[in-house]
Amino acid sequence: MFDETPIRKTLVEVEGLKLYFPITAGLLRRRVGDVKAVDGVSFSIYEGETLGLVGESGCGKSTCGRALLRLYDVTAGSIRIGGVDIAGLGADALRRMRPTMQMVFQDPQASLNPRMTVAGIIGEPLDEHTRLNRAEKLARIYELMDAVGLSRDFANRYPHAFSGGQRQRIGIARALALNPKFIVCDEPIAALDVSIQAQVVNLLEELQDRLGLTYLFISHDLSMVRHIADRVAVMYLGQIVELASREALYESPKHPYTQALLSAVPEPDPAHEANRRRIILTGDVPSPANPPLGCNFCTRCPKVMDICRKVEPRSREIEPGRFVACHLYDPAMTAGTTAAPEASGSNSLSNNNPTTQQGV
Amino acid sequence: MPDGAQAVLHVEGLKTVFKVRGGEVHAVNSVSFDIKPGELLGVVGESGSGKSVTMMSLLGLLPSPPAEVREGRVMFDGRDLLKCSPDELRAVRGLGVGFIFQDPMTSLNPVFTIGFQLMEPLRRHLGMSKAQARERAQELLELVNIPDAGQRLGDYPHQFSGGMRQRVMIAIALACDPKVLIADEPTTALDVTIQAQILELIRELRQKLGMAIVWITHDLGVIAGIADRVIVMYGGQIVEQAPVGELFANPRHPYTRALLKTVPSVLGTREAKLNVIEGQPPMLTAQPDSCPFRPRCAHAFERCARENPRRRPVGPGHDVACFWDFDSNGAAA
Repeated sequence: MFDETPIRKTLVEVEGLKLYFPITAGLLRRRVGDVKAVDGVSFSIYEGETLGLVGESGCGKSTCGRALLRLYDVTAGSIRIGGVDIAGLGADALRRMRPTMQMVFQDPQASLNPRMTVAGIIGEPLDEHTRLNRAEKLARIYELMDAVGLSRDFANRYPHAFSGGQRQRIGIARALALNPKFIVCDEPIAALDVSIQAQVVNLLEELQDRLGLTYLFISHDLSMVRHIADRVAVMYLGQIVELASREALYESPKHPYTQALLSAVPEPDPAHEANRRRIILTGDVPSPANPPLGCNFCTRCPKVMDICRKVEPRSREIEPGRFVACHLYDPAMTAGTTAAPEASGSNSLSNNNPTTQQGV
Repeated sequence: MPDGAQAVLHVEGLKTVFKVRGGEVHAVNSVSFDIKPGELLGVVGESGSGKSVTMMSLLGLLPSPPAEVREGRVMFDGRDLLKCSPDELRAVRGLGVGFIFQDPMTSLNPVFTIGFQLMEPLRRHLGMSKAQARERAQELLELVNIPDAGQRLGDYPHQFSGGMRQRVMIAIALACDPKVLIADEPTTALDVTIQAQILELIRELRQKLGMAIVWITHDLGVIAGIADRVIVMYGGQIVEQAPVGELFANPRHPYTRALLKTVPSVLGTREAKLNVIEGQPPMLTAQPDSCPFRPRCAHAFERCARENPRRRPVGPGHDVACFWDFDSNGAAA
């Protein structure tokens, strides 16, 4: 998909992103706490690549995806798209940035206005951001419908007349209308049947090759992410616990949560399933309003150590391009010394500033 | 079809039709299958294949003005369930056959405690006193690994997470020790690690309780992990039936083969492009008189348009509804 050249241009750079939603209580609605939906996330996305963002319900991946497009105001951190930090941008400037960054939503039924025709839906971005006349607009709409494999006859129909997979194609056509560089795909296939999922994923890949798009592909479906992503980030309770290239992550996951996650995915192979030994996590995910002290995963981790309950692990680059936030990979730990108190700070996963490793 | 052991549930020629504005939808067309005691039958199919409607028809769970079970026999405990009166059916539901629905959020009553909902079938079907029912309810919660079972009996559904609610549903379905448990996509709405916990629980319970289970899903990975036998449904019909190993190793219906190829996996080699099945599943507005998969089938020929193939045996315990024969690469005899 994207050949490995040593110098790759970064399109999206996220640094220390935090999104806290306040919890209020009492008559005066005083702020008594925060739901730490995204708690210090940093990563980069290169031009033309697909970064997969995986995790389970409530880990903050959708919130992160929406924050990336400034659909929420961030609590802290920076989001640079094409060099411009959109986190603090004013309304006008943000509006001018919108054509470069678009989204494909999860629920194909809820994300299309049921009272607008297909042509109306796909044409709306053109109305908002361009000055095309009617003929030009229609030509562009037809071009987009061709690109996503929708027959031009459908232009005057309403969303209810279509199946889930077709509605998702309409959503993709709408996202492409303004020639964006960056598209956030927020679980675009979760609501679709298995055989239709494959059609939509193939379409997304084709469009990426043809138009040079960059994707953030958010999903909880690990098998699909393995297919479409170049690199994968795993989120747990608002933080990224591991980030690696696709092969590295699936072949040898380092973080215990990633290992458990991959171990839980059922394989369509009865012989394999009969003999596999699963890592079964006990208990439920802690509440993001009250994350555990120390490592967020310490309450369920099969390899938990004492230090995990006290000190939050920093994200380290254990191999070039491979980041893990876990005390098991702390060189001070593996060297035998137990006293390595690190202040719990932001997890830094930016590829441009690799964290210096403490020498072994 | 049953060899040796007598089937605990025997379904023959089931036909369910929905009357809608503008016509009819033939959701289930001549479906026949057996479930033997202690086995886990997996039912695979996508939206519109008729898998949920089939199971709900067995117990009369479909609302009767739009839905109509036109034909068929469902033999359970020596009686035809389709000919039972509503009172007799009510006695079977919960006592003889337990049902787990897909969405735990909407299938538990939000205004009653979990304890009440667990005790309801116990008091109704088994005639237990309140105290006895409470004790058994606690046992059931412990059986499904819910911590602090005694205390949690007084909690409401909204106080449980999705995975725990599904466990409660399983406990309610098992309450009266049914002979058959029907589970309709019980883990689809749950996270993969919670799904793994639930599947592990089901495996344990199978060993302990030995009941027959029907597990409906579209996830082939889950089927590979827990099923003994599998039926594949498409367009309201069973298109293939086989023991699980045989189905994955030697699928004979073009739909099954195509479906197995579309599923990406986390192990093994990664395909460059995903295989797809072009087209859409059929909307069955009439009794199908041709093969429902024909428009999407790579091997369709003229007989497929004239006749709806009947199931024919292709191996021990393995039958397929198709005119094509993959071995000879031509029409089956």
